[in-house]
Amino acid sequence: MTSLTLHEVVADYGEGRVLGPLSLTLSPGERVALVGKSGAGKSTLLHLMYSHWRHRNAALIPQQLGLVDTLSTFHNVYMGGLPRHSIHHNLITLARPFRRDIDAIFPLLERLEIADKCWNRAGELSGGQRQRIAAARALYQAGSVLLADEPVSSLDGPQAAAAMTALTETYDTAVLAMHDVELALRFCDRVIGIDQGTIALDQPSRRLATSDVLPLYAS
Amino acid sequence: MRQSASIRLSLAFVLVAFVCLLFADLQISTSNPWQELGRLALGVVTPDFAAVDYLGKAVIRTLAFAFVGVALGAGGGFMLALCFRHRVIRAGCAIIRAVHELFWALLFLQCFGLHPLTGVLAIAIPYAGIFAKVYAEILDETDPEPAHALPASSGRLSTLLYTRLPLAWSHLVSYTAYRLECGLRSSAVLGFIGMPTLGYYLESSFAQGHYSSVGALLLIFYVLIATLKLWVRPRLLPLYLMAAPFLLGSGLPIAWSNVSRFLTQDVIPAPIRSGEGIAGLGPWLGDLLTDQALPGILNTLLLTQIALVLTGALALLLFPLVSSHFTRRLSGTAGHMVLVILRSTPEYLLAFILLQLWGPSMLPAVVALAIHNGGIIGHLIGQRSNTLRLRPDAPHGVERYAYEVVPRLYGPFLALLFYRWEIIMRETAILGILGVATLGFYIDSAIQEIRIDRALVLILITALLNIGIDSLARHLRARLRLRYRANSRQGC
Repeated sequence: MTSLTLHEVVADYGEGRVLGPLSLTLSPGERVALVGKSGAGKSTLLHLMYSHWRHRNAALIPQQLGLVDTLSTFHNVYMGGLPRHSIHHNLITLARPFRRDIDAIFPLLERLEIADKCWNRAGELSGGQRQRIAAARALYQAGSVLLADEPVSSLDGPQAAAAMTALTETYDTAVLAMHDVELALRFCDRVIGIDQGTIALDQPSRRLATSDVLPLYAS
Repeated sequence: MRQSASIRLSLAFVLVAFVCLLFADLQISTSNPWQELGRLALGVVTPDFAAVDYLGKAVIRTLAFAFVGVALGAGGGFMLALCFRHRVIRAGCAIIRAVHELFWALLFLQCFGLHPLTGVLAIAIPYAGIFAKVYAEILDETDPEPAHALPASSGRLSTLLYTRLPLAWSHLVSYTAYRLECGLRSSAVLGFIGMPTLGYYLESSFAQGHYSSVGALLLIFYVLIATLKLWVRPRLLPLYLMAAPFLLGSGLPIAWSNVSRFLTQDVIPAPIRSGEGIAGLGPWLGDLLTDQALPGILNTLLLTQIALVLTGALALLLFPLVSSHFTRRLSGTAGHMVLVILRSTPEYLLAFILLQLWGPSMLPAVVALAIHNGGIIGHLIGQRSNTLRLRPDAPHGVERYAYEVVPRLYGPFLALLFYRWEIIMRETAILGILGVATLGFYIDSAIQEIRIDRALVLILITALLNIGIDSLARHLRARLRLRYRANSRQGC
């Protein structure tokens, strides 16, 4: 895969500019943590990346998760693989999933500890469970790059770490908006700090300590 | 300021209605209208179910036409909803739904005769137009995020099936179920123009003066509609849908020569058919417009405006019957019964009955429209009033009505009334078939004379009038910032 780039992109909301202009390049195998206080423009940047890179098989975990509440956990995860199957296959799966697909998806759910909710509707589940469904969908999609907005914010410590491990094992190229700085430094090798819509910090994470990032969160 | 704007508008509507009254023919021409009403009431309380050996057949046919018509309409409407973005589709749907199912039926009757296809298409086509619009709205209102989060190149159909459709499913189902109730009414009314449904038997019972049979048929109709929720179950639906096409009856065979004559001769404007060419088209159209369309439009507007104001007045009077702020438990149940009966009786049926009792004039039509629509709006406003929380020391009775409840509900009330404006007009045109000189009267006469070309022009004018009123109502709602989200889609 060649590098993913953004060149002088901007985002406006109404009259005001909320992001940019900014440029950045993401090399294959690079995992970037986006940090910054809320409203700094992390989500906007992620959506910009997604609109630029979607057709290069980018997977998205949006902050609102994008689950279909009326469908089961299984179907929500299966959605990550819609392009891999024929339309007939997808149609039949809606009524009666194939054993082969269940066998592929079940281990992902087990890994994220939601296998027991496989056939529950997504709308019935708790925030943490729903977040893991969205993560499992991204795992099943196994795209070329992961764009995730606070993918583990509702999970407790060990669960968050397990989900991050799973995601980063499947995606060696990723951009993750994180508010947990320690987790960000542990799982990413590059940190980009966003402040007032521009890049305020761009460093390899091995050179950074938590304290170096904290000024971004100060007013 | 906003308050006074809606009051000013209301007063203007009332004023217009009074002016219309001056020109309207509202006399009662039968010698003893109350005696007839008394006989009908007696018939309803002494229904004779045994006298109607065709009762079972009438019920089954009514259900079959409703199921097949609504199912085809829903299927077609869903397909259209998927391409509702295209302007041509939107305009086409607006036109087919602006033409009342009875007009469709009258046209198809000329084409296919008394074949079941006539009744089925008469329901399916306008319903497809309505389903298309509402389904498209429902699908558009779903959360776009899940579709956005799907991998690229998931395919349009898979995306629809996995995201928007399951998200919208419950809304689609409940709207379709509601529409089935409308379809039942439409199906019953199609009997009045010869389909083998309840209306057909009702008309012949009336003609023979068998009021006990009329009573039995009316009661059956109410029971069917009132118990709809009990026997229309998702599990049973496939069974009904599979059985319904076989229960339509065979009717009369289609004469294909009629179909081809209809398509190649009848629908061609007379001057062109007789070889006068385009030049003859101007005078032909001019005569049609001045002799028929114009008086038809005037009467339709006249009747619509009177019926609209009367509907509003009746709704404001009736809603306390189902409002917990004015009723106790028992009286509330009774009130619900009254409103259920009022709103589940089709206008056409009511107008037909009143016409038998009072003789031909605009009065039966006005009263029928006001009763049916007033019942619907009264019911919805009453429901809305139950969500109001009044302070514990709020006044009671008339003072509560005038100071606490009506001022709070006046906005939603007006919004609903404007929603129904177009529906009232569509029905007003239709009631012409019963002899009131609205557009439907001229359309029906043209069809009787087998002047389909004229009928088509008049039907098109009626449709455009409906579309015009609809956009005027939308404009007024927007200007007064009137909104009524919940249930606003309810309206047959």
